[in-house]
Amino acid sequence: MLVYIIRRVFQSALVLFLMSLLVFVGVFAIGNPIDILISAQADQKDIEAATAALGLDKPLWSQYWVFLKGVAAGDLGRSFAFNIPAIQLIFERMPATFELALVAMVMAVGLGIPLGLLAGLKPNSWVGKLIMTGSILGFSLPTFWVGLLLIMVFAVQLGWLPSNGRGPTTNLFGIPVSFLSVEGLQHLLLPALNLALYKLSLIIRLTRAGTQEALLQDYVKFARAKGLSSARVVGVHVLKNIMIPIVTVIGLEFGSVIAFAIVTESIFAWPGMGKLIIDAIAVLDRPVIVAYLLVIVTIFIVINLVVDLVYSLLDPRVRLSESKG
Amino acid sequence: MCSTRACKSSDSSTVTDATISPITLEVRNLSTHFFTREGVAKAVNDVSFSVAPGEIMGLVGESGSGKSMTGYSIMGLIDAPGKIVGGNIFLKGRDLRGFDAEQMRDVRGNRIAMIFQDPMMTLNPVLRIDTQMIEAIQAHEPVSREKALARAREALVQVGIPSPDERLFAYPHQFSGGMRQRVAIATALLMKPDLIIADEPTTALDVTIQGQILYEMQKLCRVSNTALIWITHDLSVIAGLADHVCVMYAGRIVERGSVAQVLDQPRHPYTRGLIDSVPSHSGTRGTTLKQIPGMTPSLLALPSGCAFRERCHWADNTCRDDPAERTDMAAHGVRCCHPLEGQA
Amino acid sequence: MMNAPASLAVESPWQRLRRDFMESRLAMFGLILLGLVVFVAICAPLISMQNPYDLKQVSIEDSRMAPGSTMSTGKTALLGTDEQGRDLLSAIFYGLRISLMVGVTSTFFAMLIGLSIGLFAAYAGGRTDSAIMRLVDIQLSFPAILIALILLAVLGQGIDKTIVALITVQWAYYARTVRGAALAERQKEYMEAARVLALPTARVIFRHLLPNCLPPLIVIATVQVAHAIALEATLSYLGIGVPVTEPSLGMLIRNGFEYMLSGKYWISFYPGIALLITIVAINLVADQLRDVLNPRLQK
Repeated sequence: MLVYIIRRVFQSALVLFLMSLLVFVGVFAIGNPIDILISAQADQKDIEAATAALGLDKPLWSQYWVFLKGVAAGDLGRSFAFNIPAIQLIFERMPATFELALVAMVMAVGLGIPLGLLAGLKPNSWVGKLIMTGSILGFSLPTFWVGLLLIMVFAVQLGWLPSNGRGPTTNLFGIPVSFLSVEGLQHLLLPALNLALYKLSLIIRLTRAGTQEALLQDYVKFARAKGLSSARVVGVHVLKNIMIPIVTVIGLEFGSVIAFAIVTESIFAWPGMGKLIIDAIAVLDRPVIVAYLLVIVTIFIVINLVVDLVYSLLDPRVRLSESKG
Repeated sequence: MCSTRACKSSDSSTVTDATISPITLEVRNLSTHFFTREGVAKAVNDVSFSVAPGEIMGLVGESGSGKSMTGYSIMGLIDAPGKIVGGNIFLKGRDLRGFDAEQMRDVRGNRIAMIFQDPMMTLNPVLRIDTQMIEAIQAHEPVSREKALARAREALVQVGIPSPDERLFAYPHQFSGGMRQRVAIATALLMKPDLIIADEPTTALDVTIQGQILYEMQKLCRVSNTALIWITHDLSVIAGLADHVCVMYAGRIVERGSVAQVLDQPRHPYTRGLIDSVPSHSGTRGTTLKQIPGMTPSLLALPSGCAFRERCHWADNTCRDDPAERTDMAAHGVRCCHPLEGQA
Repeated sequence: MMNAPASLAVESPWQRLRRDFMESRLAMFGLILLGLVVFVAICAPLISMQNPYDLKQVSIEDSRMAPGSTMSTGKTALLGTDEQGRDLLSAIFYGLRISLMVGVTSTFFAMLIGLSIGLFAAYAGGRTDSAIMRLVDIQLSFPAILIALILLAVLGQGIDKTIVALITVQWAYYARTVRGAALAERQKEYMEAARVLALPTARVIFRHLLPNCLPPLIVIATVQVAHAIALEATLSYLGIGVPVTEPSLGMLIRNGFEYMLSGKYWISFYPGIALLITIVAINLVADQLRDVLNPRLQK
């Protein structure tokens, strides 16, 4: 087991390193941010001075080396636009994105699994068909379009919920969160719902397929032959079997939820990392772009690792065979 | 060894009026049909038999003969598009067909237990053995977990599983095939049922293991006076195990009687064909293996009259009419227009 | 056990495909809708009232007019006008063109590239295969939007760059599917037979292997067109996809977004509906194709 973990960590570090190289080369080699940051009247001397100040006159490999040294020290450069350390900027915005992503995942799982179970148990009833149609829509419609619709209906027409921004925050273990107040929840509801929709549809479809498959299995027949109640057959036997692949998917999807937050944050003007990266791309604020990409890649890799470990814990067949050999 | 009273013929329709009948199970004119898009498949077609306490009945037939479906019908496990369309199932005198869903649930695993063919898939791979055995008890009796655990342990000992205390906390994939089947048997015995239906439980196992399991089952049934229906396609198993046997073909019982009667003096051409097709030691080497010509008909496209006539050596025009079952004095019944006489 | 009597009719696979497909009314509806969308996209210049990107035809006086109002040219703007004074219906027709073109082109090329790489990996085997598949896995473990984001941040805006980004995002999926199918098919007997007959590899691949891998590919490609269209719309909405001068539906939605709160919803809403119709139509067709081509459901 330990060998397995070490091996995975090593692989992840390798991937991270390669990604950083790719990202760096990609972002730094193309495009010249000086043109954006310096006013049009600047003369050659000013441009040269600014270029030198930002270290952009050195050759690429030298810039990368400086960058790596910085990373080791925890410094990913200063934002060109805001002039504060890029990494600090990202960490400032992270709680907002994480809060949104977590609430969205909770919604998706909390609604998705029961609905999927229902659709799997009664596939031909009108409820089952309705759920499936809904999931197809949620799956195929672009997130931003649904966000648009939500704003139109709930904010503009009905005026029930605010259409942008984050509510007032309170500190929970030193991290600012907004779901602890009613106003915070109001601001949180629409964006979280928007973000959750795609995952919700995915989870519904997965759960339904898993349930339908599980119901055909012999162990369900045997459970019924033992005289177990339907509640127990579904709630324990079926559920435990379908949970394993679903948990894997949920874990992996969490990373993509964070990425998709980019869109939701843009629509609802939610002050998270996603909005930051869009703004940074628009002005080619390289350090921020690089820092964001590296942070996201790290998050991804960590999530993948954790999911692998959790999977091996959940499935006794994997766990026990690993420990034997 | 057969008590003549147990081998009831199908056209006798009397049953004792006492609410508790000494016969464990009496099935009368049971019919289960499947209503599919391509037509109606009569999986179980007017089937009748009975089993007494402590008795072992073999239900023999090929796949598609309806033998498993008969078992499921008795358990009430027929799902759409199938439906029991006629007949009665008397368990100790009470007609199960009159039971509602909750009553049936109470009967399953409690008064009637079932063992399936593939033990790997019958036991839920992600749940521990003790969980799966304890829930079988707690579904029917309000018993504490400790007591249930103790009973489960006892059951494992009964079926001959070594180190039961460790085994209880193991997962199914940690057992061999034979052990898993023993666990399934142990689970079936937990509530001391009146009847056990075993659906090809040894087909997936090695011959040696098969022998052990057969022996255990026989012993357990005699000791606890549990009736046993053993569903199989393998005649040799029946020969060593059962008291009496019913042969099924295309949803109907075509021959019934004690094991000695049916196997030594088969009267239905199909039974004869089955017995002959088993390779035996007595034949000389190089002789062709005998087989029953043709294939089992699809239940959706049964020939009219006797379902076996297209494969039967002795068939003629009278076989176009559905033969009724006829029983002789020794309670050896056969459904055939030209029953064979005599030879072994 | 419950075998249906064998069908006596002999029909080609295409005929059977068509017959099975037509069993679902919903799918037929989707197909008709899709046909309509494609027709509109192709004939946009012929059926639009004006060319919304020809500055001579557009007047700023007409800006932000409600649906049904009359424009300065005397014609009726059925769906209203946008902030530049362009007739929204015409803008939607032209926008559909671009959205569809980007979606189909990127899917087509992604499939071509993915197919080639996947087949190559399957045939090369060994370490080449492993290396390629690692690459594929890594790419697939990142969400499409992130990859597209990075690429477009580096490349800049533009239709061609958007197509490139979409191709990059999609090829890996085809590569993995084709490789899997190719490996499975290789084990089958007809491939043995072809090898024994010493048929040239190219012929084996194209005449024998490919037709059998085709069904899952068709389904995936159809769904992917919808995804590509949705992704392009998202990227354009975020401002990093197609340029303002040749707006796709996503860009149109972006342009109209700021007017949402002031009640001029149509500028964003109607392009959104057009997008919805396109995507739903494609998905309806794809779903039925999937059911029809799924070998496990073949009864």
